[in-house]
Amino acid sequence: MFGLPPETTMIAAILAPLAGALLILLTGKNPNLREAVTLITASITFALVASLYPLVMAGGTPKVILGQMLPGLELALALEPLGMLFALVASFLWIITSIYAIGYMRGHHEQNQTRFYLFFAISIAATLGVAFAGNMLTLFTFYEILTLATFPLVTHSGTPEAKRAGRVYLGILIGTSIGFQLVAVIWTWSLTGTLDFQAGGILEGKVSGAVASILLVLYVYGIGKAALMPFHKWLPAAMVAPTPVSALLHAVAVVKAGVFSVLKVIVYIFGMDFLSGDVSTDWLLYISGFTIIAASIIALRQDNLKRRLAYSTISQLSYVIMAAAILAPLSMVGAVLHIAAHALGKITLFFCAGSILVASHKTEISQLDGIGRRMPWTMAAFAIGALSMIGVPPMAGFISKWYILNGAFATENMIAVGVIIASTLLNAGYLLPIVHRAFFKKAPDESARHGEAPWPIVVALTITAALTVLMFLFPGQVLQLARLVIA
Amino acid sequence: MNASHLPILQVIVPLMAAPVVILLRRPNAAWALATLVTWTAFAISLALMAQVLNEGAFVYPIGGWAAPWGIEYRLDRVGALLLVIISGIGSVVMPYAKSSVEKEIPRDRVYLFYTMYLLCLTGLLGIAITGDVFNLFVFLEISSLSSYVLIALGRDRRALTAAYRYLIMGTIGATFYIIGVGLMYMATGTLNMADLATLMPSVIDQRTALAGLAFLTVGISLKLALFPLHLWLPNAYTYAPSVVTAFLAATATKVAIYMLIRIIFTVFGATHILEVLPFVQNILMVFALAGIFAASAVAMFQDNIKRMLAYSSIAQVGFIILGISMLSTLGLTGGIIHLFNHALTKCALFLAIGCVAYRVGGTRIGDMQGLGRRMPWTMAAFVVGGLSLVGVPMTVGFVSKWYLVLAALDKGLWPVAGLIVIGSLLTLIYIWRVIEAAYFQQATEDAPVVTEAPLSMLIPLWITVAASVYFGIDASRTLDIAFDASETLMRGALP
Repeated sequence: MFGLPPETTMIAAILAPLAGALLILLTGKNPNLREAVTLITASITFALVASLYPLVMAGGTPKVILGQMLPGLELALALEPLGMLFALVASFLWIITSIYAIGYMRGHHEQNQTRFYLFFAISIAATLGVAFAGNMLTLFTFYEILTLATFPLVTHSGTPEAKRAGRVYLGILIGTSIGFQLVAVIWTWSLTGTLDFQAGGILEGKVSGAVASILLVLYVYGIGKAALMPFHKWLPAAMVAPTPVSALLHAVAVVKAGVFSVLKVIVYIFGMDFLSGDVSTDWLLYISGFTIIAASIIALRQDNLKRRLAYSTISQLSYVIMAAAILAPLSMVGAVLHIAAHALGKITLFFCAGSILVASHKTEISQLDGIGRRMPWTMAAFAIGALSMIGVPPMAGFISKWYILNGAFATENMIAVGVIIASTLLNAGYLLPIVHRAFFKKAPDESARHGEAPWPIVVALTITAALTVLMFLFPGQVLQLARLVIA
Repeated sequence: MNASHLPILQVIVPLMAAPVVILLRRPNAAWALATLVTWTAFAISLALMAQVLNEGAFVYPIGGWAAPWGIEYRLDRVGALLLVIISGIGSVVMPYAKSSVEKEIPRDRVYLFYTMYLLCLTGLLGIAITGDVFNLFVFLEISSLSSYVLIALGRDRRALTAAYRYLIMGTIGATFYIIGVGLMYMATGTLNMADLATLMPSVIDQRTALAGLAFLTVGISLKLALFPLHLWLPNAYTYAPSVVTAFLAATATKVAIYMLIRIIFTVFGATHILEVLPFVQNILMVFALAGIFAASAVAMFQDNIKRMLAYSSIAQVGFIILGISMLSTLGLTGGIIHLFNHALTKCALFLAIGCVAYRVGGTRIGDMQGLGRRMPWTMAAFVVGGLSLVGVPMTVGFVSKWYLVLAALDKGLWPVAGLIVIGSLLTLIYIWRVIEAAYFQQATEDAPVVTEAPLSMLIPLWITVAASVYFGIDASRTLDIAFDASETLMRGALP
């Protein structure tokens, strides 16, 4: 892009949102200009990220050292297929979310919009930092920055409720990352003398199976953003944030940064072969399976639409972890695909939730009777997102589930198969009634009439819904990236 | 200026300037001279640091009288680092002091403030550079007596009792120290640290030398506020003028910790006393951990932010002593780097609170309400400083925690590593109370309308904040110094 070498492009992709953040701050007085800055920044960022794609497909792995943080330990960026996919998803959906946010923030008359766009841009920069991190120290650093940069977004409304939610959010995310992850990172450094991400891992031959098992626990629970139970409460709490935040950050960027980090640790710190050996990984399978089922059951009981979607996210995140814990190449491909597939589906669902809120000021599922007739675009998109969550063709969710199931069968892992089947039923159980209610139940008589949400919202959710279908129809590119991860 | 006399100039320049300030008397002139002298001292410190880094440690006999007849100054990496910390913090605090002191200290006493500040600076610098245990005592008294006066200058009348209490405790500490020095002198017949280090192994079996070590350790622990000998500190920091708190919190306890390092690793280093008597090491570690948790727990319930940060200082001293008590190169590196890092961070936090005191007039948590909007720069600085105290990456606090945990893991002390991270998380709790008050609560109806603090205070504040971030991102230089220093110290001999 712009004739830059790939190393510089990676740095530029992280700096672009930061520069955008500065401009947003400066143009805060003029909302139209400010939103233009956001859109242009998002487009440039995506263009920079996308320009790296051919290189990765050709097998290139550019590396760049940003600086020496500690003796022998650098802040470094390195590109590999998994990070490429994550960066592409996050930066592309930022553009769509920005369009959406314009409609939402204005339609919903939110306060402090400049602060909102400012921290949103910083969060994206941190997300790309996580995606491009070249070693565990860099990943940890950007991971923490992401937590802190999203805090003002979670507590955007400034109400006592937001303050409480912010405490839970920060308490769990910082608590787990400093309490477990930091210890795991330092321990790894102390044992191996390196924190680089290497194919095949860095721990094999350096530690015993028992120590590696403890390290795995510390890593998996240290990455609280993956929302593995019992450290999942921060995600429902984060739903007090404005919907664009829930949509991009708490369905895509932040939570995917969590499962992405888990995958990075499993593939490049431990190595799949080492984990298949004498490291105990069964517990990870059980815990993630339990999280999938338990979160779905909790989702069934939520009447608040955003909370139901949040528990659905918790459940879907554990798909990725379970797929990785199966330790089969096919299910690992499924895990990578699920990062993209779930991102598209869930962001659509959240866009719809926000659309309903802006147009009708409704937040509870029980209020949605007959809303499909007033908001056909929104609810059609919702139906597509819901079907993708369940894993019905022709939606993206089907492909990732297919690969995960294949991997489970290949290793004859019947627990995983059972969990996937049960959760598919549960997914249908908590999502389809909403679609049914919207289209087939009669709307109650009401005085307030409303139609569709503002057009930027409708445009955004239509695009993501369309992409959900397109990813099913044309999975080639994404699939190729996913295969490169396990190559 | 002859470069070879820099060691004595380091001490003598502020010492000579102190009486001149009394003669000048006018507040602005006093401030100008004190600032100029501090900046000069900082330049000398940097030159000395460069000399130590280039040529290694060196000796400077005062008046050309070689030890053991004369007093000699000895400077190695850790000493030079202390000099840079002390004079550097002084240099940042002085421009800040002008507005803050005008507001908090009656005009007719301002010149006394600058006199005492210069004497305190002299004493602290002297402790870091001297190679003689009795000379060290003299500097200790200079810095202590002047700091009692500085604290007593606080506008709250409770500052007087706080200073009095510090005087009693500090005097006990100093007395213990001098008793310890006396016992060492009885056993060895010398007061020179290098001589003591060579003679100590031959007399370490005598009770005299052991009693000396005991008195020294307890006396110094009082000065550095090691739990449970910290009782003087909270009130002293709370009621002292803002500038004094920021300066003393960043330097005074750090210098006392330096004294402990000198005694343990230099004077008693060759005797391997702590390895022979492992309970001494364990006692330090237990008190350090107890201090971290007790002080952090108390900090969570403080209504006054200055007092909260004072308790936080006791906890952070615990972290430093914990690093030292591991008796390994890594642990000592962690302790020394945290000494530097915490000086920066705590100075930034106290300066931020000083800005609040300047505008709002109080430092209670209720005074912080709504300040996120009214004093955005001050509160942003507080947030960054607070995050550094917690140990978030890209701040100096992270570097410290990294090395302390690494050292604990390296020694196989798993529980200690766990306690270090839990201790850091406790920090988050008490810091976040302030941040919530500033950003989530509206100012009360009767709260005075305030604006951002003056630039002369904001710039020094942000220099310390920027330094806390810079040395967190690029920590290799400071770590190299800390690592080399602790390696030399672990070898247990003076250069």
